[in-house]
Amino acid sequence: MTEMLAKNNEVKNKVKKQKKSQFKEICMRFSKNKLAMFGMIVIILLIIMAIFAPFIAPYSYDEQNLKRSNMLPSRQHLMGTDNFGRDIFSRIIYGSRISLQIGFIAVGIGVLIGGTLGSFAAYYGGVADNIIMRFIDVLLAIPSTLLAISIAAALGPGLTNAMIAVGVGTVPNYARVVRASVLTVKEQEFIEAARCIGVKDHNIILKHILPNAMAPLIVQATIGVASAILSAAALSFIGLGIQPPIPEWGAMLSAGRTYIRDYWHIVTFPGVTIMFTIFSLNLFGDGLRDALDPKLRR
Amino acid sequence: MGDILLKIEDLAVSYTTDNEKVRAVNGINIIVEKGETVGLVGETGAGKTTIAKAILRLIPTPPGKIERGRIIFEDKDLLKISEHEIRKVRGNEISMIFQDPMTSLNPVITVGNQIAEGIRIHQKVSKAKAEILAGEMLEMVGIPLERFNEYPHQFSGGMKQRVVIAIALACNPKLLIADEPTTALDVTIQAQVLELMLKLKEDFNTAMIMITHDLGVVAEICDKVAIVYAGQIVEFGTVKEVFKNTAHPYTKGLFAAIPSISGQKLKRLHHIPGLMPDPTNLPLGCQFSPRCNCKLECCDELPSEDIYINENHFLKCHLYAQKQKEG
Repeated sequence: MTEMLAKNNEVKNKVKKQKKSQFKEICMRFSKNKLAMFGMIVIILLIIMAIFAPFIAPYSYDEQNLKRSNMLPSRQHLMGTDNFGRDIFSRIIYGSRISLQIGFIAVGIGVLIGGTLGSFAAYYGGVADNIIMRFIDVLLAIPSTLLAISIAAALGPGLTNAMIAVGVGTVPNYARVVRASVLTVKEQEFIEAARCIGVKDHNIILKHILPNAMAPLIVQATIGVASAILSAAALSFIGLGIQPPIPEWGAMLSAGRTYIRDYWHIVTFPGVTIMFTIFSLNLFGDGLRDALDPKLRR
Repeated sequence: MGDILLKIEDLAVSYTTDNEKVRAVNGINIIVEKGETVGLVGETGAGKTTIAKAILRLIPTPPGKIERGRIIFEDKDLLKISEHEIRKVRGNEISMIFQDPMTSLNPVITVGNQIAEGIRIHQKVSKAKAEILAGEMLEMVGIPLERFNEYPHQFSGGMKQRVVIAIALACNPKLLIADEPTTALDVTIQAQVLELMLKLKEDFNTAMIMITHDLGVVAEICDKVAIVYAGQIVEFGTVKEVFKNTAHPYTKGLFAAIPSISGQKLKRLHHIPGLMPDPTNLPLGCQFSPRCNCKLECCDELPSEDIYINENHFLKCHLYAQKQKEG
């Protein structure tokens, strides 16, 4: 008996030791990828910037100074001022609060709803597939901006409603991507093998199919953050999204559009910020995908 | 005679495509006793895998459909119980080894966790306990515990098949269905895997259905053998009976097609002319009649019935029936 217990403990320790190193190894593989680390650091900095905006920003986001409107970048105003004489640098810092929220949460809504619908449709096939995908087709037939506008108009303006509107507008894309990749994975023999040892359907989808179908979804989602920020800007532009003077990158971009010939800096800085954010997110997403794929382990 | 574990009665399975009906299995009777190994031998497309999947109710519907028949396991009819109940049977009481170990393991889950998963589903044990049991299982099939947290792609084919066997045996099933477990492996690994399966079968006293097209494998590990042709069992008996007193022309053809190193060299290998009948359009009479080299007039029209040579051996053949009548 004691012998058996000792043996049990030995097995337990070995298994446990290995287990820890598994998570460590993912982190290690991720940290080896320099570009991905760069992306992650930038994203973390952006998030810190959003949290501590009042302490970092030199001016308030709605502080107008019409005498100093449309000024080029200078020492007082690192990124210049806009047509109301507001400091663009401060507005970008405050804007990260709204834009990052919209970007991540809208994509989160899209991935969650779209992913669930897509994997259900693909896994069960037949009638369920038909009903879900025809519903998605209906959504797809409406231009996503128009869809977002109508949802935002129905719900009323505001941050939360803008996020819901943009998120729902992207559901069809994610549903299609997830469905396609689940369809290829579910035909593989190991899914049948899993069914054969009595795994329940929802566990098959969550534990066996989705981890194998993640790659295209991660790529689509990182790109999706960019388009979500821009769609939110479109909503703000027609007055259904964030209400001015609250700054938001996309809204700053579209507001500065009118002045692009005379004052390039008003559009350039928000645009570069969005681009930079998306670029870092893409690097991060790619690195994450590689780190999670055990086959790429060296 | 031991106790009956599995009894398949008049099982028929078909797949319906847009305008055709593929009759994959046509009225099969098999009895598997406790602790016994039954071999299912036949050509590609004879319906062997369909039989195996029907037992676990893994046939995709649609297009597949179990037309008729009963599969009695212990005292339950596997075709009648609910989805919830069949899930309890799968992996716990009956489990299956798939043909290709390369594709039957999930590439993103460690092998240890894949073994533990089955244990967690069927036995009410904690996660840690399941991992311990999985670790023991892994050692039992001859894989060092250090490799518990490695992924399938880090294993060779033979090792993967060992893992698959470990998964299948993890819950100590009463019946193991092995669907060509050695086909994808090279000969030396084949021998190892077969030996391992034999050893584990004895340790756990598991009954086994061995699907293969290798008569050598059958001779080595089976107690009884069923020759499957076009979804029917054309000859069934103990291995000794079927190998010694081969009666059906098809079985004879199969034996003749085995290459032999003794005897006359440069002899051409015998083969059975023709192909298996199209399962969408099966012949009216004996399924084998179009290819049979000793067929009678009645063979084309009358379906052949089971004829018993003795209690351990039966076949479907008009020729044999006639011979028996003539005495």
